[in-house]
Amino acid sequence: MNLTTDAPIQIVAFCCRYCAYAAADLAGVLRLTYPPDIRIVQIPCTGRLDTLEVLHALEFGADAVMVAGCLEGDCHFQRGNIEARTRVERIKEILSQIGLEAARVEMFNMSSAMGKQFAEAAQEFAERIASLGPSPLRDSTYEIKAEFEM
Amino acid sequence: MSDVSSNGYKSGSRLERILRAGHFAVTGELGPPQGAEINVIREKAELLQGLVDAVNITDNQTAIVRMSSIGAGTILVQEKLEPIIQMTCRDRNRLAIQSDLLGAYALGMRNLLCLTGDHQSFGNHPTAKNVHDIDSLQLVQMVVGMRDEEHFECGDEIKETAPRFFVGAAANPFGDPFEWRPYRLAKKVKAGADFIQTQLIYNVERFAEFMDKVRELGLHEQVYILAGIGPLKSPGMARYMRDQVAGLDVPDAIVDRMTHATDGIDPEDKKARRNAWRKEGMQVAIDLIKQMREIEGVAGVHVMAIEWEEAVKPIVEGAGLLPRPEPEPLPTSGSETE
Amino acid sequence: MIVAEQKSLEEIKNLIADMEKVLVVGCGTCVTVCFAGGDKEAGILASSLRMSTKLDGSTKEVTHITVQRQCEWEYIDPIADQINDADIVLSIGCGIGVQAIAERYPETVVVPGLNTTFLGLPTEQGVWEERCAACGECILGITGGICPIARCAKQLLNGPCGGSQNGMCEINPDTPCAWQLIYDKLKSQDRLHLIMDVQPPKNWSSSRDGGPRKITREDLRLAVEDSE
Repeated sequence: MNLTTDAPIQIVAFCCRYCAYAAADLAGVLRLTYPPDIRIVQIPCTGRLDTLEVLHALEFGADAVMVAGCLEGDCHFQRGNIEARTRVERIKEILSQIGLEAARVEMFNMSSAMGKQFAEAAQEFAERIASLGPSPLRDSTYEIKAEFEM
Repeated sequence: MSDVSSNGYKSGSRLERILRAGHFAVTGELGPPQGAEINVIREKAELLQGLVDAVNITDNQTAIVRMSSIGAGTILVQEKLEPIIQMTCRDRNRLAIQSDLLGAYALGMRNLLCLTGDHQSFGNHPTAKNVHDIDSLQLVQMVVGMRDEEHFECGDEIKETAPRFFVGAAANPFGDPFEWRPYRLAKKVKAGADFIQTQLIYNVERFAEFMDKVRELGLHEQVYILAGIGPLKSPGMARYMRDQVAGLDVPDAIVDRMTHATDGIDPEDKKARRNAWRKEGMQVAIDLIKQMREIEGVAGVHVMAIEWEEAVKPIVEGAGLLPRPEPEPLPTSGSETE
Repeated sequence: MIVAEQKSLEEIKNLIADMEKVLVVGCGTCVTVCFAGGDKEAGILASSLRMSTKLDGSTKEVTHITVQRQCEWEYIDPIADQINDADIVLSIGCGIGVQAIAERYPETVVVPGLNTTFLGLPTEQGVWEERCAACGECILGITGGICPIARCAKQLLNGPCGGSQNGMCEINPDTPCAWQLIYDKLKSQDRLHLIMDVQPPKNWSSSRDGGPRKITREDLRLAVEDSE
């Protein structure tokens, strides 16, 4: 397996429309920097998080998947983010069984006003994954296919 | 078909004759070894000689493999100590049960206790298939049918020497649902049980409540009820039985008696403490037996001194039950042997 | 419904070890409802196997397809091409589905991805409990609608045993005692007389003990043309 050590970390972020996506948007408006190789996928609520799509992201080139939703107790759809947290735990178990590090998928909570926190979370997560290294599945020249981009 | 043989008894066993004569019966218990050792059984039998009217031999109790009840029973017959063989429904189907009973009768056994059996997940072979082809009530009915109607469960006639057992069943006055237990006992009587041995009793009040209902249903006149009594070895044992064993009711007052048995004894003197506990444990058993004799409908006691057969003598003696009566000899009709 | 659970990924990998092209076949009926072998689970398993075998050093080609039901020929016949294209079929239908594919495609190697466990229902989302033992002689009419063959650990017909405590079975404090349930139900309906008599021994010959079972309905069989 050919891995180049300076290949940039590729992250797919599933963000809920009402909070996390809005926060990401706000981060952009505020011109806050966070790693450029974070592809954001908007979903109506993190409760809609699809395990299979997370696996596909990792299978087809992502080094990690970030899941960002509303603050607990403030989910726009009541409990979606609570269900998502359980689902993320389950995905971590599946990753361990596959042989990937469970830390490659993580859940974050924030409100729509928290642009700064979105940028910080994205930065922190990217650094965490960088120290883990690129995904052992990745071929050096492979990049995430366009269909995962917004 | 009459349910007594030509000599007037169902089985002619010593236990049956003692109960029929109106004596307060005493039965004991013996656990067979986890191996094929004969002498262990002989030694335990010797400890119980003259103290009890008959001895239960457990059948893979708590689903741990031990020598079979019938195998050990054969040795007791040789030692002239009357066995009550136990048969669970967990390990054998109706063919094996009937077959084993024919053998047991041929080898001289005359008393049988019919049980459901602890689930195999409790024992040392939890991956085994459990049988439960029939349940304990159907077993009682089947064995009574073999004796009184001289046919097998399938209806075929037993052409030669039908086994004639004195048939017992167990009762748990403290199991749930509590209100249903006397009715379940009624079912066992209806199935034809001759005697009942209860689970260990420590809560006399609750047992008396159970017996009220039993008498109301008239069951005490149709079946001989033997109350289960067992000596405690320590307060730890009492607490364990109170908290961890399903189907047992050990009142706090009894746990307290055991705890206070070592009042005034040096906490470092392990031997003295142990002796004090055991002495109190036996005294508790003696007191319970005396209370059982006061309850109408109780025809005897079943003393379970598990792995402590030496306790049986002081208990039975302390309760004023020695010497054991000699039963009426069997009328010489020829078919029964003592 | 039939309730099953997926085998561990490790066990599944051992079953497909020597094969290159794997077809995961999902089932759209019972195992979808218990989240063990439906289309989503088939996709997840296929992706997991591709990633895992890649990490092991030799990527397997794993595809997946789901049919409405694996237990009927007309649903598994249309996927003949995909099946014949594969080196091995990993069926995540119940044991019946696995065998149906194996029987219909006798040259194909078929392995199970699930452990089929029992007949039951979801008592709440995410929890399934056994209810029926398929004994062939249903007595629910006299036990208040609660089955002692499936739900009593000792399959008693004259229960409960002495180990019933606080309405729970001796083998597990979370397992309700079936006979407590039967007693409560019949008592509440004033029908305790149903359990006052001694139930005779069960005829087990209609259950699995009597051998593998078969039902034939001549009135439903398609008429066969008389041969010349």
